Amino acid sequence: MIILELYLSFLKIGAFSIGGGYVMLPLIQQEIIENRAWLTLPEFLNILAIAEMTPGPVAINSATFIGYQAGGFWGAAFATAGVVTPSLVLMVAAASFLSHFYENRWVQAALDGLRPAVLALIASAAIFVAESAVVDILSAIFSLTVIALLLLTRIHPVLTLLLAAAAGVIFYL
Amino acid sequence: MKQHPNLQLFLTFFLIGATTFGGGYAMLPIIHREIVERHRWLAEDEFINVLAVAHSSPGAVAVNSAVFIGCKLRGFPGAMAALLGSILPSFLVILAIAVFLNRFAEHPAAMAAFAGIRPAIAALIIAAMLKLGKPTLKKPVKLVYLLGFLLLSAVFNVHPIVIILLGAGSGLLLAYLGNNGEKKGEQT
Repeated sequence: MIILELYLSFLKIGAFSIGGGYVMLPLIQQEIIENRAWLTLPEFLNILAIAEMTPGPVAINSATFIGYQAGGFWGAAFATAGVVTPSLVLMVAAASFLSHFYENRWVQAALDGLRPAVLALIASAAIFVAESAVVDILSAIFSLTVIALLLLTRIHPVLTLLLAAAAGVIFYL
Repeated sequence: MKQHPNLQLFLTFFLIGATTFGGGYAMLPIIHREIVERHRWLAEDEFINVLAVAHSSPGAVAVNSAVFIGCKLRGFPGAMAALLGSILPSFLVILAIAVFLNRFAEHPAAMAAFAGIRPAIAALIIAAMLKLGKPTLKKPVKLVYLLGFLLLSAVFNVHPIVIILLGAGSGLLLAYLGNNGEKKGEQT
């Protein structure tokens, strides 16, 4: 049952993506691309590009897209349901009776230890994406230009992607 | 126009989901405007608490805050209404694009555009890491941990779930050692 497998895979991805959408990328790489082979790396990068350029969290966008590619409409529905199930369970618990859970010092200590791990996973995602995205001098220039724009100006990230798409059409077509 | 409170939750989070690009930090000002300023569902300090909880839990921050706020206001039905509202815009837009993309992905212009976007995505992730990492990168101990975890992840291909668990474990261990140190200090 691919639909059930999609639900369970994305449940796992949702449950361990702490600290924002990018932490999910190494998980997707392992679960979806390497273990399940539901997707190739270039396909995944295209999905990531679309997830960034459309409204909504990257986690939801990627789950919907990958689910659709692997299992059509119901694949999309079940993958999306899987990725939000941990949010639903934990946040309902937190809002109902665990409101002081996060003030506990041991929970705080664990979260403090998570920070470098999360950053390492994001860095690892960057390396993994860069390896297949930066393929020649031109793409290296694109990449460095966008980093400089994002760090030095207040440009909206979506705008940098549109500029990169235009540059792609100009230089690669 | 009077709306059922659950419908109002649904519509508010639908609006937030439909108008925020890139997720994460981009949507915080919009959530704040809708929840605190417009609907007055939460006071300023409650909102900050919600963000802290939403941010330190697994899952997308936007979805987490939606579920938390929905549940606080209207119990489980409210949580479901807010959850559906926050994910439906993404779901519908992506579904439409997925159907469309399968037909156009092979077009030379689309392929050229994606070849341009892919290095920019790498740049986006690197920039996000540098911004998020500023406070952590300043502390030498944390930097050592970061590099260790990076080595495990990128070079030895250790599963991300193991890295997450190791990170939480190292935080607990440090706190435990620090705790014992404090106790000894108190005795003297």
